[in-house]
Amino acid sequence: MLKGNFIDNLPKVYGIYTGGFLGFIIIMSIGEQMGMSAKAIGICFVAFTVAIYAIIGYLSRTAQADAYYVAGRQVPTVFNGMATAADWMSGASFVAMAGGIYFKGYGYMALLVGWTGGYVLVASLLAPYLRKFGCYTVPDFIGTRYGGNLSRFMAVVVLTVASFTYVTAQINATGTIASVALDIPFQYAVYVGLISILLCSMLGGMRGVTWTQVAQYIVLIIAYLLPVFWISNKMGAGFFPHFMLADEVSRIAELEAQFGFVKNSAENLKEVPKGLAGITKAHSAVNATPWAFISLALAMMMGTASLPHVMMRYFTTPSVKAARKSVGWSLFFIFLLYSSAPMLATLSKLSLIDPSLPTGIIGKSISEVQAIDWYQNWNQANLMFVSDFNGNGTLELNEFFMGGKAVVLATPEIAGLPYVISGLVAAGGMAAAMSTADGLILAIANAISHDVYYKIIDPKAETAKRLVVARVLLVVIGFAGATIAALEIQGILGSVIWAFDFAMSGLFFPLVLGVWWKRANKEGAIAGMALGLISGAGYLVWVRTGGSGFLGITQLTFGIFGSAVSLVSMVVVSLITSEPSAATQRMVDEVRIPSGRSIIGKQ
Amino acid sequence: MSKQEQHWEKSKGLLMMTLAIWFVFSIGIFLFGAEMNEVTGPFGYPLTYWFTCQGSLGIFVILIFWFANRQEKIDEEFGFSERGDD
Repeated sequence: MLKGNFIDNLPKVYGIYTGGFLGFIIIMSIGEQMGMSAKAIGICFVAFTVAIYAIIGYLSRTAQADAYYVAGRQVPTVFNGMATAADWMSGASFVAMAGGIYFKGYGYMALLVGWTGGYVLVASLLAPYLRKFGCYTVPDFIGTRYGGNLSRFMAVVVLTVASFTYVTAQINATGTIASVALDIPFQYAVYVGLISILLCSMLGGMRGVTWTQVAQYIVLIIAYLLPVFWISNKMGAGFFPHFMLADEVSRIAELEAQFGFVKNSAENLKEVPKGLAGITKAHSAVNATPWAFISLALAMMMGTASLPHVMMRYFTTPSVKAARKSVGWSLFFIFLLYSSAPMLATLSKLSLIDPSLPTGIIGKSISEVQAIDWYQNWNQANLMFVSDFNGNGTLELNEFFMGGKAVVLATPEIAGLPYVISGLVAAGGMAAAMSTADGLILAIANAISHDVYYKIIDPKAETAKRLVVARVLLVVIGFAGATIAALEIQGILGSVIWAFDFAMSGLFFPLVLGVWWKRANKEGAIAGMALGLISGAGYLVWVRTGGSGFLGITQLTFGIFGSAVSLVSMVVVSLITSEPSAATQRMVDEVRIPSGRSIIGKQ
Repeated sequence: MSKQEQHWEKSKGLLMMTLAIWFVFSIGIFLFGAEMNEVTGPFGYPLTYWFTCQGSLGIFVILIFWFANRQEKIDEEFGFSERGDD
């Protein structure tokens, strides 16, 4: 059917795949018409998509180091953009982001700005230069640029702390979705999720992850956009929601003014199940101080430019030029989802609170709301709750509580969309969480197998042995992550944000100055990574244990303090120790020229 | 100044310009978030709100492609461009 090599046929392959997936959605909706149960549809969606990823993972198996670590450096820009977008958009982006916007409004939207603006830093400061370097992993760059095993090892430590914090949240998300869709207890579902994740990456490494991530992006973007457009049209809010929801946004502001934000007493709030929240913040008004907004956005931007699982995606492009363009494509594909999340939040909120809409529940009697089918379903799933605090029999704005996930998961049902959409959303959430988890586990396993095992412990190891070590590590790290995820220590979103702060505390300045400041040396980089990570983590612990913090830096933005310490210590230590060798300085000069052979390839 | 130094000077200039635009739309405008939100922005959304959900995001996408094209031009000018396009 296909002539020529796989890379040339990519548009065709993924075109057929997309068509097949749309066909599957249609088959499922026919099945629903014919009486297929909601549960069966959910299982079909998750099982079918995961099976496809596993097949792609199997077909991408490889025994070559270049293919395993950097997908053979031949991934075209647009496809690398899709893979990066899937790598980037986690279960949190997919399931929790619209909910965050719904509840916290402007203050939360700093994350949208931060998680996109960071790519400008990636494109201009780092990605092309690291691609020219020709490294396999981010610590590979640090180790070669600064020299010495200690700097390499420190980079692995920072990478592991940041990525591991992140990956437990992703495995947790796959477990949540698998447990709902397959109707099994969470403790087992976590391992079902983990095995699905490992199926994609074990055999093919980066090559397998790349091609499954492209497939996962296609599923997740369809699963996110289709309901948004459908709901918007069904509500009569406009056929292209992104450009047409101004009336809805101002209507929400009007209703907020009419209802007012009544503060509930602590006693009343005790009744509300854990994890649910009411609407207490304005939807479109500016409800945070400039510094609160800017510090959060800044932390996320610098964190984006320091997270190794994102950076390593740009090692897979054919050239430096392609790496730059590919960052643009990545952000474009991310933009498609991020710009839709606020629209979904708007539609979801209005459909619930506007008394003039048939779906609106505010102003109805409590008993009437409690009798609604979807309310009962989501109440049972512990994602919705109403209570008549003031005893007037009518539901007020402050008496309605919802879980953040419900905005994405429940809105299709509230708006009266067929169940097939809910199945699709579950498959999308699974794709988002799996693709990110894959990228993260691979980043950690590759760093340990390549930088610690091959470069430090046994530099003479043969390729076959290296790849065995890499795969064993992949499984070990995956199981460690799943075990911690099964304990359910922290929420999904909180730990994602911490990962950004850890990464920027330890890696941002050592990476950026490695390219842009020739005078930066080994001692400086080690000090920057170690002190940055320690002070950032210390600040987090201090604030978590009742410390007051300073300069308005919270537990979500502790990376600002960590990276500031990192910068100062790196510059000071670099300047008081001797300048890097002439060979290192020549290497930096060469990194700055896009053409020619990669640095590491030459050695 | 050698060819390589000139290339790096120009690349640094482009970086500064890119970061300046980035700074304005990721940090600068949000210093005046409350004031700006009084203004009606594109498609009738409040202006600051629009920037947070579409404006800044879209500008970053365009900015990266613009930067990539400019950098390619600089590379070509000094003969540092790579063969093959993808």
